[in-house]
Amino acid sequence: MDELCVVGKSIPRPDAWDKVMGKTRYVDDITLPGMAYAAIYYSSLPHAEIKELNIAKALRVPGVLAILRASDIPGKNFIPMIKEDWTFFAKEKVVYPGEPIALIVAESKDAIMDAWEKISVVYEELPAIFDPEESLKPGAPQINPIGNLLSLHKIRTGDLELGFMESDVIIEGVYETDYQEHAYLETQGALAVPGAEGGMTVYGSMQCPFYVLKGVCMILGLPQHKVRIVQTPTGGAFGGKEDMPSLFAGLAALAAWSIKRPVKLTLDRRADIIMTSKRHPSRSYYRLGAKKDGTLMACEARVYLDPGAYATLTPSVLWRCCIHSCGPYRIPHVKVDAYAGATNKVPCGAYRGFGSPQVIFAMERQMDKLAREIAMDPLKLRAMNALRQGDSTVTGQTLPWSVGLEECIQKAAEASRWEEKRSRYPAEDGYKRRGIGCSFLHYGVGLGAAGSRIDVAEAYVQIKPDGGAVFAVGTTDMGQGMQGVLTQIVAEGLGGIAPQQIQMLPVDTMQVGDSGPTVASRATYTSGNAILDACEKIMDEMKKGAALLLKCEPSQVRAGGGKFFQESAPEIFYTFAQVAAECSARHFGLTHTGYFKSPDTSWDSETGQGKAYVAYSFGVQIAEAEVDMQTGEARVLDIWAAHDLGKVVNPKMAQGQIEGGVVQGVGYSLMEFIALDGKGRIQNPSFSNYIIPTSLDAPLVHSEIVESVYPEGPFGVKGFGETPLMGVAACVANAVSDAIGRDVDKIPMLPERLLEKMKG
Amino acid sequence: MIVNLNINNQERQVEIKPAERLIDVLRREGFFSVKEGCRKGNCGACVVLLDGSPVNSCLIFAARCEGRRIETAESLGSTENLHPLQKAFLDEGAIQCGYCTPGMLLSAKGLLNENPHPAEDDIKKALDGNLCRCTGYVKIIKAVQKAAEAIGKTR
Repeated sequence: MDELCVVGKSIPRPDAWDKVMGKTRYVDDITLPGMAYAAIYYSSLPHAEIKELNIAKALRVPGVLAILRASDIPGKNFIPMIKEDWTFFAKEKVVYPGEPIALIVAESKDAIMDAWEKISVVYEELPAIFDPEESLKPGAPQINPIGNLLSLHKIRTGDLELGFMESDVIIEGVYETDYQEHAYLETQGALAVPGAEGGMTVYGSMQCPFYVLKGVCMILGLPQHKVRIVQTPTGGAFGGKEDMPSLFAGLAALAAWSIKRPVKLTLDRRADIIMTSKRHPSRSYYRLGAKKDGTLMACEARVYLDPGAYATLTPSVLWRCCIHSCGPYRIPHVKVDAYAGATNKVPCGAYRGFGSPQVIFAMERQMDKLAREIAMDPLKLRAMNALRQGDSTVTGQTLPWSVGLEECIQKAAEASRWEEKRSRYPAEDGYKRRGIGCSFLHYGVGLGAAGSRIDVAEAYVQIKPDGGAVFAVGTTDMGQGMQGVLTQIVAEGLGGIAPQQIQMLPVDTMQVGDSGPTVASRATYTSGNAILDACEKIMDEMKKGAALLLKCEPSQVRAGGGKFFQESAPEIFYTFAQVAAECSARHFGLTHTGYFKSPDTSWDSETGQGKAYVAYSFGVQIAEAEVDMQTGEARVLDIWAAHDLGKVVNPKMAQGQIEGGVVQGVGYSLMEFIALDGKGRIQNPSFSNYIIPTSLDAPLVHSEIVESVYPEGPFGVKGFGETPLMGVAACVANAVSDAIGRDVDKIPMLPERLLEKMKG
Repeated sequence: MIVNLNINNQERQVEIKPAERLIDVLRREGFFSVKEGCRKGNCGACVVLLDGSPVNSCLIFAARCEGRRIETAESLGSTENLHPLQKAFLDEGAIQCGYCTPGMLLSAKGLLNENPHPAEDDIKKALDGNLCRCTGYVKIIKAVQKAAEAIGKTR
């Protein structure tokens, strides 16, 4: 590839124009003639048999059109995800507060509220369980049909006993992290429209239209060619719209199928927080062994994630959690066991980082304690053990390329003036004390060995006779900016045409083939490669057209800067539009589909060894925090976030991902807290008391970008949407521990918890 | 009941129910830039300007707006003639999912109406009631600064 014209430039994203004008229509902004509304009636208990479900009174409420239950499902009451345990409606018993029991369908939202009050359920309560460790003990109540152990993953390498024997220092710790609610500003929603051909179309806010397709087919018992899923502009997702939209789209489709009219199902904030997945709470037990000089020798970890009642995405989350549990370090002797024990709480799912922030927090706290024990600078300790090109990960994967960790270390340390602050702060006293802390992280890009079957992508590109281009992909933009980034890749793939000539179509399962989910920071990498495949096929055709105009052989034609020319005489050229017109006149096909399948990975679940992911993104984050010693309130003042993400397609948007991810991480570290009552019911389902960062809470975010290119990504792209959040809790906890001179091993670091710490 | 509203410089007579919230009336009238994020006045997605000052339209009865001037994001500018705030949001990359954007723009406009030369802290305070989960606020704050400068230059 010669010089890049569009990739690498900070041009505004195409969807921003409508957004800044207030013209973007999210699903709740769409109203169709004859449209009815639906809402989910859900359980109020954590574990109970449903003895009676009385809907007769509710059905008599004026405006109520139907109240649907499991018995009304024409297909199967089963949501396809990883395991076969998750259902649209509770079956004979409910297993968490918030589990759907019935669906109210009515002419208006007012009628729905009236009907809700008139539904009654007679329950027989069963013993419930709320702790994932307790869940796995003998005699614990069994709550899930597949058993309480929803998933188990491990890593084994070297000889753990030997590793600890050869260690001079052993650090032990127990770490706890809490829920995190996605708090996307647009709540979940779907609009189902029964089709004239006897099928169903569902529009909705989602990350994974092909999951939704399978869900809607399942509940209606329809084949895939009768069901069409179209993603509407999506107001944030962060993982929260990976699994859940299958439920909401499925139920909207059931309602539309039943009353033969369009039905919209959107959640209000309260229902959204109560019913939807969150980041898994965790408890981790770590032992870390090292030589006196800081060389890591052994790591043993036992990690429990709290998955809630159903497996949904937990097996994948736990796998990623397990693989990232020892950080981006060389450690010869490792034993990790990661468990997910079912609890009677709302199922947890995907959230930016996908099981890794929990263990990064634990491991990076361990590293700080080790540094203190051997009186070594914590950044230097990490740096001396950090993965470099050619090293092997703890799963035995050799890293042949694209390891930009060292450069991240340098950039973050310099920008933050680490050494100076680290030596100055311990001497501070007074009511407000500052501290500084760091964290290192790596992140396997794409689905890896656990999802290699679905780590594929398709792209459709069509050139218009006037030189415009239209493209479609199967991955989604949920706000992160994929549309802009892929538009730039199309522009580059077509020889540097202007991005203004390009239009992305809404994601539609009837337009492109299954491209897997939009998760795991994989959209740019996989769809980008599929786009380049399609563009290459188009450019082959266009070069034939250009050759006719230039009166040369197609092999002599070069493309660049939106023009076609011969290398020997670049001053004689035809524009992209001229060549498109020529090709059109001669009936050269300029519509092509591109494909991409991720390179092979491997995994042995018994030994926990293998080439887990195709590539890794890396990061170093440094936080400066200030703690009010009287109130216990911690503030993050600055975060320096250095990230290796491979080739950057749009630097300003990459920076936006870093800034947004970091601030979400600050919320996770300091303030975001789900309060449960004794029955596992969420007590704060609103933004009045589930507190996320505002403009006044956001620290200064200093982003540093490292481009250690990945040769198999489009133009060297790796992907990194999740990494900016992942290390924040760890570096903030290290900074706060540094400030107060006590070990903080639990997040969120609420003021009352820190006060308690400081007393002790 | 009938209420007279001046929406985006246009007088309208609107039929409403007595206890209807302003957000519901505006959306029914087709102003879909007014977003519902929380129903409780916590998130700011439904912010509109009422006589030039930002309010959460989910917390106000439409009946209380008789004769008052309401501005929604639809009134800010057009593709050919963007408001300086819109241009700055575009240029600075202050937009991700876009759900908070209309409310954010109007809170910022309300601030600039009151204080044409806000310091960074003034901007942070003015936007404290508008939640954004995507951007971390960094580029939004920068965009408001840029817009204030741009407006200052044209005066």
